[in-house]
Amino acid sequence: MTTVAPLHGAGVPATGKPVLEVRDLRVHYDTDVGQVPAVDGASFSLQSGERLALVGESGSGKTTLAMALLRLTRPPGRIVSGEVLLNGQDLLKLDDKEMRGVRLSGIALVQQGAMNSMNPVVRVREQLLDGLYDHGIKLTKVEARERVAQLLTGVGLTPEVADMFPHELSGGMKQRVCIATATSLGPKVIVADEPTSALDVVVQRQVMVTLGRLQAGLHAAVVLVGHDMGLVAQFADTIGVMYAGKLVEVAPVAQIFGRPLHPYTKLLIESLPTLDHKQEKFVGIPGLPPALLDLPPGCVFHPRCPSVMEHCRGLAPGLREEQSRRWVACHLFPGEQVRNA
Amino acid sequence: MQPAVARTRFGIERRLTGRWLTTYRYARRNPALLMGLAILSALFLFWAVGSLMVDSSEARPLSAPPDLRPSLEYPLGTDRVGRNIFAVIVSGTVLTLRIGLIAGAVGISIGTVLAFVAGYYGGWIDAVIRGVVDTLITVPQLLILIIIAASVRGGLNVEQMGLVIATLSWTRPARVMRAQVLTMRQRSYVEVARLSGMSGPEVIFRELMPNLMPYIVASFVLAVAGGILASVGLEALGLGPLESPTLGVTIYWNIYYSSLLHGMWWWWGPPMLIIVLLFVGLFLVTAGLDEWANPRLRKRI
Amino acid sequence: MSDQIELRGVTKVFGGGLFERDRNVALEGVSLTVATDRPAITAVAGESGSGKTTLARLLLGVIEPTSGQVLYNGKDLRKMSRDERRQFRREVQPIFQDPFEVYNPFYKIDHIFSVPVAKYQMASSKAEARKLVHGALEMVGLRPQETLGRYPHQLSGGQRQRAMVARALLLKPRVILADEPVSMVDASLRATILESVRRLNRELGISVVYITHDLTTAYQISDNIIVLYKGRIAEAGAVEHVIRDPRHPYTQLLVQSIPQPKPDKRWSAYELEAGTAGRAGSTGCKFADRCPSAMQSCWDTVPPLYQREPHRVASCFMYRDVPIMDGNDVATVFRQPARRGPDAAAAAPVSERA
Repeated sequence: MTTVAPLHGAGVPATGKPVLEVRDLRVHYDTDVGQVPAVDGASFSLQSGERLALVGESGSGKTTLAMALLRLTRPPGRIVSGEVLLNGQDLLKLDDKEMRGVRLSGIALVQQGAMNSMNPVVRVREQLLDGLYDHGIKLTKVEARERVAQLLTGVGLTPEVADMFPHELSGGMKQRVCIATATSLGPKVIVADEPTSALDVVVQRQVMVTLGRLQAGLHAAVVLVGHDMGLVAQFADTIGVMYAGKLVEVAPVAQIFGRPLHPYTKLLIESLPTLDHKQEKFVGIPGLPPALLDLPPGCVFHPRCPSVMEHCRGLAPGLREEQSRRWVACHLFPGEQVRNA
Repeated sequence: MQPAVARTRFGIERRLTGRWLTTYRYARRNPALLMGLAILSALFLFWAVGSLMVDSSEARPLSAPPDLRPSLEYPLGTDRVGRNIFAVIVSGTVLTLRIGLIAGAVGISIGTVLAFVAGYYGGWIDAVIRGVVDTLITVPQLLILIIIAASVRGGLNVEQMGLVIATLSWTRPARVMRAQVLTMRQRSYVEVARLSGMSGPEVIFRELMPNLMPYIVASFVLAVAGGILASVGLEALGLGPLESPTLGVTIYWNIYYSSLLHGMWWWWGPPMLIIVLLFVGLFLVTAGLDEWANPRLRKRI
Repeated sequence: MSDQIELRGVTKVFGGGLFERDRNVALEGVSLTVATDRPAITAVAGESGSGKTTLARLLLGVIEPTSGQVLYNGKDLRKMSRDERRQFRREVQPIFQDPFEVYNPFYKIDHIFSVPVAKYQMASSKAEARKLVHGALEMVGLRPQETLGRYPHQLSGGQRQRAMVARALLLKPRVILADEPVSMVDASLRATILESVRRLNRELGISVVYITHDLTTAYQISDNIIVLYKGRIAEAGAVEHVIRDPRHPYTQLLVQSIPQPKPDKRWSAYELEAGTAGRAGSTGCKFADRCPSAMQSCWDTVPPLYQREPHRVASCFMYRDVPIMDGNDVATVFRQPARRGPDAAAAAPVSERA
């Protein structure tokens, strides 16, 4: 397997050690008919303050990967191998208690539909303080009030919201409360799994701008999981494209959209509808994503690839550095296999 | 497993793998269901073999010398009035089960129909049915049954026992299924069916009923188990069909003749054992079906 | 007058009655005609709570308006005879959003085809039915061998959605109501499904009402668009005008907020709203509390639909100097496509676009 050298997003200078480094992560699902490789050897790294977006369609493994970063994989899923290094510490080697301590304070999660899993009989104030208390932080009543007000204004809500119940808030407001909860302990990495998919376009923008501001303030890194290419274009620095459990391309956002290399990425970008002019024809990607139980041999994309070569059926291409800061897993771009020192 | 080929409606051949394969695999994963079915099958075997060995006339008094301990000729001995207990148990198991089945079947039929009508049509029909069900559920069942059974002149026979119990056994299934119907009514496929030209009753039968099968079956099994318990309760009090050798009536005779004090374990032991086995078997099957009907309880995909 | 579904001054209120608290005005005073002789694709766009789903259900005849009328070919739906109703049902068909919920998990996919074929007596023999179904599937790019005879969970979301489109095709309706047909489908498959819907319109002459919150696909696929906000029409007209040059402040807000897949064109800095609740009981424009250009009159009365150009109206007092739209029917400002209906002999040239 190829190991990847630290990768930096566009405009984010390589300032020393990455805050998050994932090496050859594998997550499998146990089913009656065998193991399904939901995530098959993902490797990437993030600098502080960098925004990485993991995009892919259903079944690509992006949500599984995001959950695995926080060790929230539930049976029948199982992290099989790999390393997840948060500031050098391998999260996969921690015991449950230690991991609970790291979650929220080191690495936090904002989930799709998080707003629907807020406790309906608990006021916003308590939900915000819950995480803090759980991590052993003691506050006097006055301090707690101030902290809550601070967290709420940080996400653009008024302090009065603290006394409300979740059902009194709109979807966007609830999601912002969830972001406030997630960032309450100043984590170094924020994982956001489709945080705005249930929200309207206007609210979505508010929520993403809020997230971006908070993240910049904390100088935290963000791993955004999504399938909306427009959204990631607006938000991310770096894009990682996933297909059938594998990372097939990682590159700065401008290059992914301007000059996509991997055939899948290319087709994906071309299929996006535009507001510039009316299109004569709508182009999709022919065929279907493979069933993970029955992956094609060699490159997983080869049955649908317009540039397929004989080579592709036999050998799976690993992620290789095609030029500085760009990685592609495709035989069209032999590149150089980079080994980690 | 040999894949069978079937011609579907529009001429496409499809292997019969889907549903059967999943069922087989599922049975392996659901121990409750398997155990329950195993117990019930064992009881069935017992009855089948037993009825080859003895016939029901031997379950009547004076068919054998009384007070005999178990021996080769009389595997479970005889009781105080000369019944061959082995024959009693063999016939009794079936009779008790029959009572339970009648109670269960009638109860489920009434309950399902009312549940569908209430759940699908809503409005005042629903309000009325719901009111009746909720009221009857709070009523102590055994008490009412005792009153009913005691007021019937000349005692009850087996079928009548079943019907008496059925008068109350429909309430719980009705409630459970109404809730399910309410949920399913919202589903888009119901709307699609209506827009495809189906009428209300048709939607109930063709769209909703098949998906409710797990609940109907589970409720049925539970109703049978409940019916058996209720019948045993009534019979032990002497309100059952005293001429029939049902398990509950056997217990009544045990009490009447103080078999416990006389140490006639071969008389009081077997009926209790069979009742316990029947009930546990039915209960395990219900629990197993519950798991099937409610995918959230499943531990694996 | 003939060949159309019409909403005339329709208002729909949910709740209310004895217990006043949950009264929700889903749609208010909407008049719209969907013509079938000149089949166009009309988009109804709005966010959640805009009333677009309610509009769809009214057009389908699944719910009844609280006031106003829903007419099909001039006849009020509530007053139709059984046969007329059947005809209506057959000619107006839906495509729903969720490609899983629409299938009864107990039955194979064939069920959604076999039921209408039987109920509407569309085929006189099994062989004929088979031909119809196969043809419909092939038209949406599905292979009958791979689709029929399977259970819904054995197909992908995209395949299921395409099968729904095939079902709509099968019935050869006059109008298809597509309620967010691609929002739950992967990006790569959206294009295929949208292309099928477009073909339905161009080749079979079926009118499509495309309900969505995604303005980009609405722009691409439709000829005309209605933008709803909290139950009222904010702006309507030819899609080129409304989307590329929006005039109503709400439409402008919407279009600005669309995340475009262009890293060099990022969202500009945006004033965060502190999550306001609207002024309760206001009788005016529903957007007033969020509008940067709100004036006193906006709170008092609902602005009528002002018509600045032949093919666009906007409900905003900023345009009070221009004339109000003639009549009530918003469809009068729509641009008619050159395509003919299913009754016309040949398909019109595709080159003329809205």
